Amino acid sequence: MQTVKMVVTGPFNAGKTAFIRSMSEIDVVSTERRISAMVEKTVKESTTVAMDFGRITVDEDLVLYLFGTPGQKRFDFMWEILSEGMLGFIVMVDSTRPETFREARSILETFRAYAPTPYVVAANKQDIEDAWELDDMRHALRLDSKVKLLSCIATSRDSVKAVLLELLYSILAEMEHREE
Amino acid sequence: MTLRGNLRDFSITQLLNLVNLAHKTGTLVIESPGDMARISFSDGKLAYAQIGQEDGRLAGILYQNKKLSEKQYQLLQQRAGSFSDKELGLMLINAGYFSQEDILDNLKQHCTDIIRQLFTWVEGAFHFDDEARPPTDRINVRLNLENLIIEGSRAIREWEQLQDEIPSLEMALKFVDHPGANLRNLHLSIEEWRVVSFVSPRNTMQQIANATKMDQLEIRRVVYGLLQAGLVEIVRQEGAPPPPLIRVFPTNDKEEQKSLVNRLINGILKL
Repeated sequence: MQTVKMVVTGPFNAGKTAFIRSMSEIDVVSTERRISAMVEKTVKESTTVAMDFGRITVDEDLVLYLFGTPGQKRFDFMWEILSEGMLGFIVMVDSTRPETFREARSILETFRAYAPTPYVVAANKQDIEDAWELDDMRHALRLDSKVKLLSCIATSRDSVKAVLLELLYSILAEMEHREE
Repeated sequence: MTLRGNLRDFSITQLLNLVNLAHKTGTLVIESPGDMARISFSDGKLAYAQIGQEDGRLAGILYQNKKLSEKQYQLLQQRAGSFSDKELGLMLINAGYFSQEDILDNLKQHCTDIIRQLFTWVEGAFHFDDEARPPTDRINVRLNLENLIIEGSRAIREWEQLQDEIPSLEMALKFVDHPGANLRNLHLSIEEWRVVSFVSPRNTMQQIANATKMDQLEIRRVVYGLLQAGLVEIVRQEGAPPPPLIRVFPTNDKEEQKSLVNRLINGILKL
């Protein structure tokens, strides 16, 4: 059995766990705990403290594992461990919470430093009225025009599929580029 | 009980606050991974500060602040090298070179600059020695700590924000291909020009900081400005050893790897 791994990262409450849940064929092995910090508690009741783990069986001999990182900076010691051996990574950003964009940018830089693997940025919660436009988010996140910034709804399987496919196309393009 | 700990757990600002509130007298010794500082207090007021290898003597401080030329400084070293700072200060005042106020202002500025430098230290063992009084052969100042504490709190907030933006100085900078700002209308400060002159994928931000004699806060502040202006981007240093190779694919064969990615794409398309 061949296995490959992708990492889903991003700030607190960006939608990483929901993203993995939408695609995983197994119940996501989640390490969520009830939130104690008051500020964070106003956003959601529980959060990932170690990792989320999902699985997609591609064919009889190939399995894709999805690892979700904890969003809060105090758990960043987990990030490097989770990033080891990843094929690529997805940075989830909550399009309705511009106050998290700066942190998303910082997480992106951190993961780029861990491994120069391809990545895409998923602008989550695009179905919500307050969501920022992709062009505005690109400026706010200071993303180069070459970086894929994708509209996403983490609770929608089709939307998650589209993001995963875009990352895979980037990985393929990178491999072909290296061969040239 | 000895006041002892690490800046990771107890910041410089918290230490100054404690010294101020308890009107402490003694010397705070801080040893960071690459440097060392000795800060002396008298009745909760800053009396003297010394950092790293600098001798912290009056002649050196006046020379550093460009109040003495190199020739004057060397002459003083030769003729008054054995004088204590107090003796040298008196001699300079009596000879009409400086007023007492000039000398004290320079010393206060020197001590304040050292404390500002310490605000960027986030790691380092410290202990407060009640027995080590401010050095008697040096001219002591009496600086209130309140303003420094307020300034320090602001610096810490800024430091935290800048660290979020630029977590590591081991990355390099490169000019963006299509700058967002109109370069003709851009007015850079002297510090920004100094950094810009070293921007190259070959130089890490830490190397640029060393070359321009900037501390970690200053270099982050300048780089943040350049990033915001859309002039530069952060890249991995050219020629830097690649991160340890951890198996990404279950096979080393390039064609098999491509086939595996294609299988992933087809598999997900079918889901």
